[in-house]
Amino acid sequence: MSTRTLLSPAALARPRGKAAYWTVFTGTVLLFVIAFLFPVYWMVTGAMKSADEVARTPPTLVPERWHVSGYTDAWDLMQLPTHLWNTVVQAAGAWLCQLVFCTAAAYALSKLRPAFGKVVLGGILATLMVPAQALVVPKYLTVADLGLLNDPVAIWLPAVANAFNLYLLKRFFDQLPRDVLEAAEMDGAGRLRTLWSIVLPMSRPVLGVVSIFALVAVWQDFLWPLMVFSDTGKQPISVALVQLSQNIPLTVLIAAMVIASIPMVAMFLAFQRHIIAGIGAGSTKG
Amino acid sequence: MTDTARRRTVAKVAVHPVQAPPPAGDRRRRRLADQARAYGFLVGGLVCFALFSWYPAIRAVVIAFQKYTPGGEPEWVGTANFTRVFADPEFTAAWRNTLTFTLLALLIGFAIPFVLALVLNELRHAKAFFRVVVYLPVMIPPVVSALLWKWFYDPGTGLANEALRFLHLPTSNWSNGADTALVSLVIVATWANMGGTVLIYLAALQSIPGELYEAAELDGANLLQRVRHVTIPQTRFVILMLMLLQIIATMQVFTEPFVITGGGPENATVTVLYLIYKYAFLYNDFGGACALSVMLLVLLGAFSAVYLRLTRGEGESA
Repeated sequence: MSTRTLLSPAALARPRGKAAYWTVFTGTVLLFVIAFLFPVYWMVTGAMKSADEVARTPPTLVPERWHVSGYTDAWDLMQLPTHLWNTVVQAAGAWLCQLVFCTAAAYALSKLRPAFGKVVLGGILATLMVPAQALVVPKYLTVADLGLLNDPVAIWLPAVANAFNLYLLKRFFDQLPRDVLEAAEMDGAGRLRTLWSIVLPMSRPVLGVVSIFALVAVWQDFLWPLMVFSDTGKQPISVALVQLSQNIPLTVLIAAMVIASIPMVAMFLAFQRHIIAGIGAGSTKG
Repeated sequence: MTDTARRRTVAKVAVHPVQAPPPAGDRRRRRLADQARAYGFLVGGLVCFALFSWYPAIRAVVIAFQKYTPGGEPEWVGTANFTRVFADPEFTAAWRNTLTFTLLALLIGFAIPFVLALVLNELRHAKAFFRVVVYLPVMIPPVVSALLWKWFYDPGTGLANEALRFLHLPTSNWSNGADTALVSLVIVATWANMGGTVLIYLAALQSIPGELYEAAELDGANLLQRVRHVTIPQTRFVILMLMLLQIIATMQVFTEPFVITGGGPENATVTVLYLIYKYAFLYNDFGGACALSVMLLVLLGAFSAVYLRLTRGEGESA
């Protein structure tokens, strides 16, 4: 199925149109390769050059000899296993907490009609107006008062206070037909049972979107973990990279950057269809 | 809105089937139990919102008027924090840089994604390739993008100057020169974030009915006129939304200046959020940091309010 766009199919079928189309097409491919793929290529291969080759001008397009030592050194010298594991723990915990608490709260607000539900929802939506980054300092002080500094809980629980994800879930639950839920209750299922075996299985698409948002947000975050984790051994990969970037050989640092990028890029390539469709759909339906 | 209201009235009717009403005390107990259960589901989320969202917002305003040291007794100081922050030469620099950054990001980071999306929407081949490649930088952690570009911007051996030399153009100091540092950071931010914008524009472009273009063409409109009189009016709403979102996001820029320039050279890239960080963690001046936060909060809150109003208005009219 092809829909009509700016250019008519007839115009494109003419010889001149065809020539123009293929010129623009080739130009765009080249532009994308140079602007988006080449920097990534430069990073991946830069890590495999020798210390001497990486500093050479003019640079070599392909490493003269392929060294893996950049990657192995980064793995050992920068304690990447520790930092990657810290990041995994922080991201997984934040994801789990969001799924449990945001889903439960969204379900309650959507289907259980709590007293003052509208006030609560208003209070949650109001936080959308408050840019998260502008509140990091008082949030930091609160976390410090609770004794949660250098503790992954300092990532997990604030992640739950995500009005965007909660609202996404609530709007999805609003669309679920009430009679299905009522039928379950007639059959004697409790609220928790209804949520677990009726609502959640029907909500797989929205849960997938929320999961990806939750994981990406923690993996990519920098300012908040920078504040919270002063203990080097607890830092996630993003903070550790910056802290260690000063006194490490360039090739080793670049290798560490590549390793830090792999998990999210791999996840993106695996779920690209869903992620790309989700971005388009989520935005136009607002 | 009307839909939920309708559903709610239907539900109200359906909740009480034709049955003998249970005794009043029993009903009240049932309702209380229902409420207890509803709040049981809500409580985890509510506590998190209270602790990490509502309370910090109030606390920012309170501490802005206090001398505050962690662990110590806070002391009311009136507007002293604000006057001290205003007098700081970095304050002017930070606001000037943040506003310039936002403006440059709008100029560079706004036209380019729109034009790219326009072109991509016309291409009939390799669609998946383009979408994946343009979004790839978004998935690279921002810290890695920043470090990567810091390396590219190296005046001696960096890729940016190598490219200029290759093209026989004069080299630049990029992020190391006071004049070029801010623009250099805008380029990084645009490169790293453009993918999302392009994909959203593409979705918006695909929802434009083809008949509009056909009609315009029959009226003799050329390519540019079709863009001007069909494409732009049809996507005006999405353009406005993304513009507001981008303003809100770029006014909170932190990672790029922190990682690439450290706020330098000569404060040329200190941003408001960076200054907040410095007040709190370098000067240990939490009162000053909160005073700055409140200013940023008020300004960005205004932009967010406009954004939410517009999105809600659109949702209701649709």
